[in-house]
Amino acid sequence: MGFLQYLINGISIGSVYAIIALGYTMVYGIAKMLNFAHGDVIMVGAYMSFCVTNYLGLPAVVGILVAMVVCTVLGIIIEGLAYKPLRGASSLAVLITAIGVSYFLQNAAQLIWGSAPKNFTSIVTFAPIKLFGGQLTITGEVIITILASVVIMVALTLFTGKTRMGKAMRAVSEDRAAAQLMGINVNQTISMTFAIGSALAAIAGVLLCSTVPTLQPTTGSMPGIRAFTAAVFGGIGSIPGAMLGGILLGIIETMTKAYLSTQFSDAIVFLVLIVVLLVKPAGLMGKVVQEKV
Amino acid sequence: MLKIEDIHVYYGAIHAIKGVSFEVGEGEIVALIGANGAGKSTILKTVSGLMHPRSGKISFCGQDIAHAEAYKLLRTGLAHVPEGRRIFLQMTVQENLEMGAYINKEVSQKDLEMVFNYFPRLKERRKQIAGTLSGGEQQMLAMSRALMSHPKLMMLDEPSMGLAPILVDQIFDIIKELHKAGTTILLVEQNARKALQVADRAYVLETGSITLAGTGAELASSDAVKKAYLGG
Ligand SMILES: Nc1ncnc2c1ncn2[C@@H]1O[C@H](COP(=O)(O)OP(=O)(O)OP(=O)(O)O)[C@@H](O)[C@H]1O
Ligand SMILES: [Mg+2]
Repeated sequence: MGFLQYLINGISIGSVYAIIALGYTMVYGIAKMLNFAHGDVIMVGAYMSFCVTNYLGLPAVVGILVAMVVCTVLGIIIEGLAYKPLRGASSLAVLITAIGVSYFLQNAAQLIWGSAPKNFTSIVTFAPIKLFGGQLTITGEVIITILASVVIMVALTLFTGKTRMGKAMRAVSEDRAAAQLMGINVNQTISMTFAIGSALAAIAGVLLCSTVPTLQPTTGSMPGIRAFTAAVFGGIGSIPGAMLGGILLGIIETMTKAYLSTQFSDAIVFLVLIVVLLVKPAGLMGKVVQEKV
Repeated sequence: MLKIEDIHVYYGAIHAIKGVSFEVGEGEIVALIGANGAGKSTILKTVSGLMHPRSGKISFCGQDIAHAEAYKLLRTGLAHVPEGRRIFLQMTVQENLEMGAYINKEVSQKDLEMVFNYFPRLKERRKQIAGTLSGGEQQMLAMSRALMSHPKLMMLDEPSMGLAPILVDQIFDIIKELHKAGTTILLVEQNARKALQVADRAYVLETGSITLAGTGAELASSDAVKKAYLGG
């Protein structure tokens, strides 16, 4: 029964990683950059939701919506101010800028909210479900998190597969110049991608803090790195890959903590990543582009 | 329709186009021929806004487009089928065509029928991933994709590259058909013989400058062109 419990908890935390990883992977696919500040957008989202529910006393739903709106705008601003001027610059310059943005967000949060952790109130109010005479507990957070990740995954798949804007995104991710020749505004598409990724980060932030209720300016950084790992694990640029990578990473992490070592769980997770990349360099679901001879 | 005046284009410090001027009149087929590295593709990229001239003027239908952004130009009726096709390999044939019609918001069945009429082979392959098409089919798709927006001027960069002779003939037949249907064409070709046959006028480009100009027939019979581009 213990194993099943760990598995469910692993899938739940993995779903949070998956939602964060989706943001990483979409931005990488379209803007060809690693937005290391993505993890910190999660933290901003969580603070926003915290302020709306705790200080203004409004319902959790309003908190989530405000967090999503603020993060969407933040994502667009970060892209426009920090990354857009570097379009065409070396990827190293962009990476360093992203790290700079990450520290900026953390420091700004520290100025506004202080470095002392806040106790985040879970958005979930219904009682846990107990199965097998109380041996197995499924919390409301677990249910909501898994549900949210499935809904997001389906919505994104439909968006990129069926809508005009989603297809344009795929076109930009494949060939930016050719996309421009189709009349697609590449800058706008990149901006849109940051908006979507950041809105997802806000949701991830609220879900993460509902599960792990300590909220501080560095809250987003470790989950951000793990989610980045998940995106690479699944095959960076691939939406189902991010989902699979996130969930597997969550399971591996939880199992490692349960059966092997709490201290070394991150090290073990990275070891698994290295092994996977040695066997499948493009990641689990990464596309190996077929070349015409 | 398209007027280029004394453009200079650079790749960083490399001076790729050194003062080129030429014109394409409405309803013409104009060919641009020249050796590898002469700068033909660079000129097309500059016209379609993927690059910008450091100096000189480009106007299209009376509008100054030298510094226009690439994505806005298709809406003015200027389409560019780039070198190496550049179709979206991971998307289906149908999706590629939809991208060609991106500026129309919706793909009309009529436009799809029109391109399938030119290239029936694509119709059977609508659902196929473009990366799995043969080279010739990819070229057909690249041209079809550009046709979806009903361009006034179509710039084709080496449409016959890497194709079997029979397919080359087919592509050139379609260029003639498009022309008859009212599309103006600027054609860049390695296959100088074919290009000069269909072209009303042509220019010869050598290392960034135009060295010869004339009607297709004039150039085809000129000794310099025969020697350099038609194999004696
Ligand atoms: N991205 C680039 N960076 C630097 N130099 C470039 C770049 N692209 C092209 N060039 C240079 O500019 C010149 C013109 O290139 P261009 O591609 O326009 O030639 P082309 O006439 O189309 O040749 P081909 O027939 O081989 O396609 C060449 O000397 C080439 O090396
Ligand atoms: Mg070329």
